[in-house]
Amino acid sequence: MTAKFCGDFKVSYQETNKLLQRPLIKFWVSVLIILICLFPFMASPYLVSIALFILISTIGALGLNVLIGLTGQISIGHAAFMGIGAYTSVILYTKLGFPFLIGIICSGLMAALLGMIVGIPSIRLKGFYLAIATLAFQFVMEFVLIVWRNLTGGADGLVTSPPSLFGFEINTPIRYYFLCVAVAFLTTLFVLNIKRTNYGRIFMAIRDRDIAAEVLGINLFKYKLLSFAISSFYAGIAGSLFAHYVLLITPEQFNIWISVDYVAMIIIGGMGTAKGAILGAIFIGLLPEFIKALSVPLMHHFPHLVENLIFLREGIFGMIIIIFLIYEPEGIAKLWSRVRDFFKLWPYSY
Amino acid sequence: MESLTNFFQLFLNGLLTGMIYSLIALGFVVIYKSSKIINFAQGHLLMVGSYLCVILVKSFHLSFVSALLLTFGFAIFLGLIIERLILRPLIGEPILSVVMATIGLASVIKSALMIICGPEIRVFPPILHGKILRLGGLPIPYLTVYSFIGVGIFLLCFGAFYRYSRTGIAMRALADDQLAAQASGVSVKKAYGISWGIAAMVAFAGGILIGNISGVSSSLEPFGLKVFPAIILGGLESLMGAILGGLILGVLETITVGYLSFLMPVDVGSGVLRDVVPYIILIFILMVKPYGLFGLKDIEKV
Repeated sequence: MTAKFCGDFKVSYQETNKLLQRPLIKFWVSVLIILICLFPFMASPYLVSIALFILISTIGALGLNVLIGLTGQISIGHAAFMGIGAYTSVILYTKLGFPFLIGIICSGLMAALLGMIVGIPSIRLKGFYLAIATLAFQFVMEFVLIVWRNLTGGADGLVTSPPSLFGFEINTPIRYYFLCVAVAFLTTLFVLNIKRTNYGRIFMAIRDRDIAAEVLGINLFKYKLLSFAISSFYAGIAGSLFAHYVLLITPEQFNIWISVDYVAMIIIGGMGTAKGAILGAIFIGLLPEFIKALSVPLMHHFPHLVENLIFLREGIFGMIIIIFLIYEPEGIAKLWSRVRDFFKLWPYSY
Repeated sequence: MESLTNFFQLFLNGLLTGMIYSLIALGFVVIYKSSKIINFAQGHLLMVGSYLCVILVKSFHLSFVSALLLTFGFAIFLGLIIERLILRPLIGEPILSVVMATIGLASVIKSALMIICGPEIRVFPPILHGKILRLGGLPIPYLTVYSFIGVGIFLLCFGAFYRYSRTGIAMRALADDQLAAQASGVSVKKAYGISWGIAAMVAFAGGILIGNISGVSSSLEPFGLKVFPAIILGGLESLMGAILGGLILGVLETITVGYLSFLMPVDVGSGVLRDVVPYIILIFILMVKPYGLFGLKDIEKV
């Protein structure tokens, strides 16, 4: 006979703030970490490559979630910051011969710097106006990447090589996978910790009512910019990891639809939580695979479906966003906790 | 003299582009006024309109006018459907949700169009192409002239609807003060539906116009987003502002591209510049006058 929790009982403030709330969670988290580490040795190379993209987009989505989910500032230009990160890192590493570590950190910092510049209008603009401002930045950035030939290689893009870290060549997908896991782990931990600090609470106060937050003595300008900086820093890191994995970057890889993908990730996953960002990244990463699998039996009946696969993906993607917004606005994270609560209290759900 | 003619030529072309921008901007403003939503799928509605009209004309061999009327009928239907299925359940949700819903709608529309209609460019049969009016040495295609007249009539009807019809007045009342309008018996749901219908109709009109000028293909897609500077410049709440903003944007864009495309690398082409100029203008407007010429500044209370 085991005793079941049927509610969270917390008697101190420290307890509500703990990262791993219950002993059982510690166990599950360690199982998850072990599974993640074993995954590349058991899965096919194709699955590993999908996992890599999911890890990279997890990092980007975590950053965007700080900005949108925690601080409530809408940005539809996340991919532009990824692009800045990717180009900075490739230029530093391949063209100028800096070490990879410096390249990846500088790419984050560079993106953060530009993020702060883009964030400046956020002090005057809200909601739609800010969304449109970030959208404009996205297009201007793409334009700069295409036109600034000497630096970015124009529409042809830049070629780079697999990185090496302290003399260790990261040249196989499995090694790269572990690099991404390490970075994703660190970034997740950082985001989880932001919410526990003063900064996280300030961000949430700004999200809920920025004028009220200002009246309470919060320097809106400083914290909005900080939020933009953190979010773009993450995007920069994700972009840098992306660049050194695909080895050829072009402006197209960072276009508006990638930005939309990122916003979709955190909406579908769940706003304002790290779990949401991760689940959203996994969902969006696996979506094309599902559609591919789904279209195989359909192919016999509709042979011209093959050439339309990309459009089919886009259509289903749009529909899923709409369905989530209407029926589960708090995303998979909420769905998950609802299922969990159901089983926790089962069979006496009252 | 040569340069002056050149300038006027660019100016006229700009006005024509601006007309289209005005129509699209009008769609944005109509929806924003009634429901405080910005519809990111406006450019995709435009694509639907142009595809539908060109298919009706070419594959079903209807005359241009009857195709036009059918397309407008479908516009109202489509607008009502979209409002009912997608936007009504989202009333009261945060801005980002609504923005994302319209972006989702955009990708649904685009993929449906591409799967049904295929990627090839369709061209309207030449109705007015080729004929050119000469005005003091300036060649003006008849297409431009008729577009001006057509759009002018359209806008007049539209203004009259808002000013004199019962529904139009109700919608303006709703935009002004939702609570007070509701208290005096204006139906919010009906007004939302109608505003989506109208928005789809102006988008379709814009689509047919562009379709006549540059052919119908997926390259019409960016038009929706490019209009943001126009509505920001005009102010999100003002119909007149949208029309003026569209015209100003069209002229600015054409003239900038006309005079500055020599700065671009040779093989990049002026299309890339044309696509980005509106956004540069947009950033500038947002920095200097974020609530536009005729927009209302939000006054917030805690």
